Amino acid sequence: MIRIKIVVCIKQVPATTEIKIDPKTNTLIREGIENIINPFDSYAIEEAVRIKERLGDPDTEVIAITMGPHQAMEILREAISAGVDRAILLSDRAFAGADTWATATTLAGAINKIGDCSLVILGKQTLDGDTGQVGPELAQKMGIPFVGYVSSVLEINKNNMKVKRLMEDRYETFEVSLPSAISVIKDINVPRVPSLRGKMKAKSAEIPVWDSEILGLNKNEVGLSGSYTQVVKIFTPRIKHDTMIIEGTTDEKVEHLYRILKESHVV
Amino acid sequence: MEIKINRETCTGCGLCKKVCLYNAIEIVNSKVVINENCVFCGACVEACKFNSIEIAGLLSEDKKDFSDYGGVCVYLEANGSVISDVGFELISKGRELADRLGAELSAVAVGNSIKDGVVEGFRYGLDKLYLIDNPVFSNNLDDIFAIALAQVIKRYKPEIFLAGATAFGRTLIPAVAAILKTGLTADCTGLDIDNERKILLQTRPTFGGNILATIVTRNARPQMATVRPHVMEKKIISEIPADYENKIEYIKINDSDFKTKYKLVSVDRELDEKINITDYDVVVSGGRGLGGSDKFSMLKELADLLGGVVGASRAAVDSGWISYPHQVGQTGKTVNPRIYIACGISGAIQHLAGMQTSDIIIAINKDPDAPIFKVANYGIVGDLIEIIPELIKRIKGAKSTA
Repeated sequence: MIRIKIVVCIKQVPATTEIKIDPKTNTLIREGIENIINPFDSYAIEEAVRIKERLGDPDTEVIAITMGPHQAMEILREAISAGVDRAILLSDRAFAGADTWATATTLAGAINKIGDCSLVILGKQTLDGDTGQVGPELAQKMGIPFVGYVSSVLEINKNNMKVKRLMEDRYETFEVSLPSAISVIKDINVPRVPSLRGKMKAKSAEIPVWDSEILGLNKNEVGLSGSYTQVVKIFTPRIKHDTMIIEGTTDEKVEHLYRILKESHVV
Repeated sequence: MEIKINRETCTGCGLCKKVCLYNAIEIVNSKVVINENCVFCGACVEACKFNSIEIAGLLSEDKKDFSDYGGVCVYLEANGSVISDVGFELISKGRELADRLGAELSAVAVGNSIKDGVVEGFRYGLDKLYLIDNPVFSNNLDDIFAIALAQVIKRYKPEIFLAGATAFGRTLIPAVAAILKTGLTADCTGLDIDNERKILLQTRPTFGGNILATIVTRNARPQMATVRPHVMEKKIISEIPADYENKIEYIKINDSDFKTKYKLVSVDRELDEKINITDYDVVVSGGRGLGGSDKFSMLKELADLLGGVVGASRAAVDSGWISYPHQVGQTGKTVNPRIYIACGISGAIQHLAGMQTSDIIIAINKDPDAPIFKVANYGIVGDLIEIIPELIKRIKGAKSTA
């Protein structure tokens, strides 16, 4: 039996997958968008819980952390219902507006404060920011190896693990020592449906809130003040295009298609 | 840093509340109030018709002196001896930016036996090449590559550093930025120079392509950005100059600085299946409308005839008809081929996010109201089970008579 500490970093995001286009005005409908757990983070949670089960030691601890406003507490409860042992909310007005670097600073601060973590697991990217940068920045900051796009944790013991990552045209298998950090892709597992027992536990769980002071971080290191990048302009992309609908019999349609492909020099 | 509402001009119309993705806006007594959920994304500032919302403290002036930084530098990523095209695309873009700044354009390459490949960069307008060519770098390992790139950047101090957002680049470059303690903007689709302040304006899609954000790097250099393959265009502008050797700086490394923490155990190339779908000029994608896994062989035949590759919507992947590496869209890959053929794909916004920058989009769908037709250049309302085999026949017929 092996006892380790695993931290899962998760985020609450607007469910942009629910955004629809208004067919009349051709604009985006954003109203009534729900906040959800970042879909990739569900795989991170599931993988952490599976590793705990695989190691077979009930004292192995899976801890979920998130940085966000108080409403982000919801996803920490969700994580507990999915098998996480305990959760911590990192919340402070000073954390707002953080770029990936300032986010990594805050998360690393929390992981260091938790202490003695062997493995950090993240989703490969978030739905809203979409950068995938927090994981590698966090690992670099903590001085631990990072493996991105992990599709399988093949072996793990107290001191090292073997993981497989997906690159554009190949899979690569690595051995790294622990502590390490990984980000996971959706291929890695199928997250379980929370049990009733898990839901009950989540409801009553005490979730501490850590602010910058508790983390021992200066307000200049976090949030927008601690960010190296800053948004200066936001705009909505034009959904352009005059679509040409190809009419006619099947033969005519096929002939037209063929001409388009020929003009583009692919046939 | 705070978000301010001008209570004089705010009419409480609620336009800002409509665009807010974070439930951060409430209307109290016909005036807008921002709550703690705000992430300062700025969507409301753009939406307000009365200029009543301002994010104060935005763009605090850089206090540091960056006059010792200069020039644009591009990372030329090599996989074995193959140089990623995105590196050449970025040299073309970098040339444009360097000319705007009146600065030098350099590239840095790290690998083993890569010189022949990387000198091609001179065709795209390179002034200088920093080359680390050493057996230590035979495999792409994040930690030692990050140290190598950081060393070069620290020594030569470019003001702008660009790299491809490949699978390797997307984990390597953040590590480099973290070593250098500077900002990094992922997956830029637009790069420009602010004429007045001579800084890099980095534009990228966020929220699954629903919003574009322009980002700047403040208080740190270099200004670092990654760009997805095929977003920028590569342009050959000259032959490799005869004196190119003079333009190469061979960087000597101290082997003992490069002890990796990774042990590469094995590499599996799925030779029977093309999964690097971001690398092809033609992508033929299938969705729910395909009706089953067997139909993908038809798409594969078409893709092969067009020199392309097979993609898929999330619905097709989740149904188990095709493997995840083929998935296009927000939770899959982003592709920018010359031709994207969407077969039986309705065009949910998260799918569009992964393919809408393709040069030509052809959509085949039974449903005339499918959203895919909104982004398509050409649309065919019809049964793909009829159309695709006929198209395959037509292409084959033309080939046999040619």
